Amino acid sequence: MSEKETTESARTIEFVSLTAGGQGFCIEITLIREIRRWSQVTALPFAEDSVLGVMNLRGAVIPIVDLAARLGLGATEIGARNIVVVTAIGSKIVGLVVDSVSEILSVNVETIRPNPTLRRDGTGNHVVGLLPVDDVMLRVLDLETLFAKGTEEAA
Amino acid sequence: MTGKTILAIDDSRTIRQLVSQTLSEAGFDVTTAVDGEDGVSTFLHSRFDAVITDINMPKLDGFGVIDAIRKGTANRKVPILVLTTESSVEFKDRARGLGATGWIVKPFENHQLVDILKLVTGADGA
Amino acid sequence: MSNDALRATFFAECEELIESLTEGLDAIAQGDRDKETINAIFRAVHSIKGAAGAFGFNDLVAFAHRYETVLDLIRADKLDISAEILRLITRSSDALAELVELTRDTGSASLDPVQDLINDLESHAEAVKAEEPPEPDFVFAPLSVIQIDDPSPTPSGFVIRFQPTAAFYTNGHEPARYFAALAALGTLSVACDTSAIPPLTDIDIDENYLRWTLTLSGDTDADAVKAVFAFAEGLCTLDVSPLADAQEPDTSPEPTDPPASLFGIPLDLPPSGPATAPAITEPTTSPAVPNAAATPAQSAAKAPVKTATTLRIDPDRVDRLINTVGELIINHAVISQKLAACGINNDSEIMAALDDYRYLAREIQEGVMSIRAQPVKSLFQRMGRVVREAGEATAKPVNFISEGESTEIDKTILERLADPLTHMLRNSVDHGIESAEKRQQAGKPAIGSVRLTAAHRSGHVVIEVADDGAGLNRERILAKAIEKGLVPADAKLSEPEIDALLFAPGFSTADSVTNLSGRGVGMDVVKTTITSLGGKVGITSVPGKGSTFTISLPLTLAVLDGMVIGVGSETMVLPLSSVVETVRPSRSDIHEIGPGECVLSVRGTFLPVVDLCQLFGLRPVRAAAADRSYVILDASDTSVAIAVDAIWDQRQVVIKSLEGNYGTVTGIAAATILGDGKIALIIDSEALVGLVAPRRTSRPLVELEA
Repeated sequence: MSEKETTESARTIEFVSLTAGGQGFCIEITLIREIRRWSQVTALPFAEDSVLGVMNLRGAVIPIVDLAARLGLGATEIGARNIVVVTAIGSKIVGLVVDSVSEILSVNVETIRPNPTLRRDGTGNHVVGLLPVDDVMLRVLDLETLFAKGTEEAA
Repeated sequence: MTGKTILAIDDSRTIRQLVSQTLSEAGFDVTTAVDGEDGVSTFLHSRFDAVITDINMPKLDGFGVIDAIRKGTANRKVPILVLTTESSVEFKDRARGLGATGWIVKPFENHQLVDILKLVTGADGA
Repeated sequence: MSNDALRATFFAECEELIESLTEGLDAIAQGDRDKETINAIFRAVHSIKGAAGAFGFNDLVAFAHRYETVLDLIRADKLDISAEILRLITRSSDALAELVELTRDTGSASLDPVQDLINDLESHAEAVKAEEPPEPDFVFAPLSVIQIDDPSPTPSGFVIRFQPTAAFYTNGHEPARYFAALAALGTLSVACDTSAIPPLTDIDIDENYLRWTLTLSGDTDADAVKAVFAFAEGLCTLDVSPLADAQEPDTSPEPTDPPASLFGIPLDLPPSGPATAPAITEPTTSPAVPNAAATPAQSAAKAPVKTATTLRIDPDRVDRLINTVGELIINHAVISQKLAACGINNDSEIMAALDDYRYLAREIQEGVMSIRAQPVKSLFQRMGRVVREAGEATAKPVNFISEGESTEIDKTILERLADPLTHMLRNSVDHGIESAEKRQQAGKPAIGSVRLTAAHRSGHVVIEVADDGAGLNRERILAKAIEKGLVPADAKLSEPEIDALLFAPGFSTADSVTNLSGRGVGMDVVKTTITSLGGKVGITSVPGKGSTFTISLPLTLAVLDGMVIGVGSETMVLPLSSVVETVRPSRSDIHEIGPGECVLSVRGTFLPVVDLCQLFGLRPVRAAAADRSYVILDASDTSVAIAVDAIWDQRQVVIKSLEGNYGTVTGIAAATILGDGKIALIIDSEALVGLVAPRRTSRPLVELEA
C-alpha cells in the first residue's frame, strides 16, 4: 500500500518499528501477519544473497529474506535472537529477518515527513517517508517497491 | 415479486436452469425437480401456483405427472404446463386428456414462457 | 446467473448425456435390448436436442433430431437393431459428440462433414415410414410462435362469447386469468350469465353453469384474441366476432335470456403496455409420428435404474483440503518425532494413540484424494471414437475393446492423458494394424483389434494400449534411426533398445507422413507428457502378434513418489519416476575429465556426474567424493549420475508450490514438508538434465545403456 492512499484514507496509522542493519525502520501494521523467532531455513538454489531460503509457515512455503541485505546494508549475522516479521506483500507472504522489533506506534499522518533523498534512479525509493520518534528517525518502508521485482528476479 | 410459486420438472439440468432463471427474473418463485417421481413428491410437499413439466423423463414421464396430480387430492386443479419438443396433435390431445392446462414448445422465447406463466397463474403483468 | 453459466451447464450436461448414450450403445452392442436401455439413449439425444434449441444451436438440433427420429423408431419396435443400424447409431453418437464439442469450442458446427450420416439416418427413417403409408412426413418443429395466416386489421374490437366445460376447470384453467389476459389487449367489459345455475340441491360442483359475454375494445386482431384461448381449445365453446357484427349473434351458446338476468362486471384493467398475450401454441402443421409421444415410459417401473447422484465441487476447495490433509500427516510425523525425542517408548499408550491418529489421517487422505479421482470411462469412450475414426480413415476394420473403465485417476491427469492416448491409438491403427488382406494372409481375423485397458497396480494406474497387428518392424526402426543419425551406423542394439527408439525425439516410423498420425508430433511428445505427469511409458512388441504400450501413472498430482536424498546440509527429493538406479561405485569408476568435471562409468558407459551441492551452491559436508552414492537419473532422453551425500528414504511426499510466495527456481519443481517440519526441495529432473547436459540428440538413452 502506498503512502498516498493511507494519507487519504486515515489520519492515524499504526506502524511496527524495528531495527535492521543497525537502522530504525517501520512497517505499516496492516501488512504484518505475524512475528516469530528465527528458525533454520531451507536454502534455495540460485537465489540472490538476501534470500536466505524458505520456511514452513503452517504448511505454506514462504521465502525468508534478510531485510538488511535487501536494503543494501550488509548481511545480517543471523542467530537465534533474530526475529522474522511475516509480511503480506501483494499476494505473496514473505518473511523478513530483522535484528529486533520494538513497538507499535500510532502515528498521525501529518508527522510523517517526505524522504528528501528520494532518488529517481530507484535506490532509496523504498523509504517513502521519515518518522521522528523521540530522538530517533524511523524510515517508513514501502515493501511493495522493495520487492517489486525482487522475488521474481531471484527465480 | 409475483408471489407465485412454480414447480419446474425436467430431467435436463440446462432446461431446469433456463426455466428457473427466466422465471425468477420475472419474479416467480421456482422450485425444480429432476424427474417425474421427484416432481410429484415435491408437488405433494409444498403448494404451487403452477407446474411446468417435461414429457420424456426417467422414472415417471410427464403424462404420469399430469395424471398423478389430477388424480390426487391436494391442489389438483393447479395449472400444469407441458414443456416439450413434441408438437403432434395426438401428443397434445393425450396431454390434455390427462388434464394438462397448456403446453410450451421448445425452444421458446423467454418472454413467451413468462407470459404463459402469468396467464395461468394470474400473476399481474408488472 | 449469466448466459455463460447456462451455456456451461449445457455443455457439461451434454458431456454426461453423451456418456450415458455411449454406455447405452455399448450395452446394445453387447446384445442388450432392454426397453429402458433404448429409452435412455433416446432420452439422451432428445435432451441434447431440447436444450440445444434453447441456445439456437440449430445444426446441433437438426442432427440430433434426425438421430432421435431413428432412435424413436427403434424404441417403437419399428426398426430392428441390425448390425447396420447399430453401426449407424454408433457413428451418429460419435458425430453428435463431435458436433457438441465443435459447438462448444466455436459456437457453431457445420453439418457438412456429417451429411452422409444424415442421409443414412433419413433414408432409414423414410424406409420405415414408407411401410406405414398413413403417416405424413414429420415436419421439423419450427419456432413455436403461431403462424398468423390472416393479419388483416380489424376495426375497434370484439365480442367474445365464452362457455367453458367442466374439463376446462379440471385442467387447471381459471376464467378470470383469461379475462386478465384479454384486458391486456384492450379495454374489456365482462358480463356473466348465471341463468343456467340450477337450484342449490341440484348443483354438481364439478359442472360449470356460467357463460360469459366479453366485450373487448381496442386495436387488436382476432388471432391475438384466439391465441389467448389457445389452451382452452376444445374445453369451451368460444365465439369471437368483430364488434360491429355482434348485434346479430347466430351461435347457440348465446344467452337467450333477456339482459335483465345478466350482470355486468366491468374490469377496470387498462391495456398494460408491453405485456402481450401469449402466442405460444403447437405449430399448426401436420401431426408427427404418432408413436413419438405414444410410448410411455412404463418400463421405468419394472427395473429401477440406479442413478448416480453427483456433487459438483470447485476443484480449488478439494485442493485446499488435500493440502490440509497433507499438513495433518506431516503434523503427525512432527508430534511423533518430538515424543520420541522426549524419550517416550514406542509401546506407551500415547504412541498407540498416535498410531490411531496416523491411521485416521491416512484414511482421510485417501478419501480426499478419491474426490479428485474420476473413472477413466469418459476418456476411454472418447478414445473409442478415435479408434473408429482412425479405422475409417485408413479403411481398416478395427474392433475397439476397453477394459477397466471404472478405474479411477486424478482428474487433472485424466484430462492431460487425452492427447497422448489419442496419438498412441492412432498410431496403433495406422502403423500397427495391417490391412484386411494382409491379416488374412497371415491367418488372422480380418478385423484387427485395439485394446485399451486401465488397472490399479501397486499405487499406480497402469494404462495399456495393445494392438494385435504386425508388431514393430525393428529392422526398419533401426534403419530409420541410423538414417536420422540417432544412433551410429554400427550400433548393436537389443530389441528393447530398438523399441525405445520410438520415443526418441524426432523419430517417426511412417515412410510417408499420413494425415492420421503424422501430425508433427511423435511418440517423444507422448513420452514427455507422460513424464511430466510423473509417469513412465514403455513398449513391448512381438512380431506378427502386435505391440503393447504401457503407461504407468501416479494416482494423483498432489503427491509424488520421491527418493529423499541428502545434498550437503540440505535434504532434497528426487522424483522416483526419473530414477533409474542408485550405485555406490568404487573410486576407479569415477574419472575426472576436466576441472570439476567427472564422469561415472557404469557397465561400460560414461555418464556425466552432477554434483548437486556444487550446482546449487549449497554448503558441502565433509564426506569425501568416493564415499558418495550416485543416483542415475533419466530425463529428456539423457542420463546423468547425481552425486548425493545420502539416500535417506523412498516415500510419497505432498507437493507444495514455491511459486505462490516466491517464484520459479531453475532445477526445482516444488517443495515438500518433511516429518520434522522442515522444507525439502523437489528436484525437477528434466530441468536439471537440461542444466547440466544441454540436450545431446546424438546420444540417445539406448547407447548409454549399452
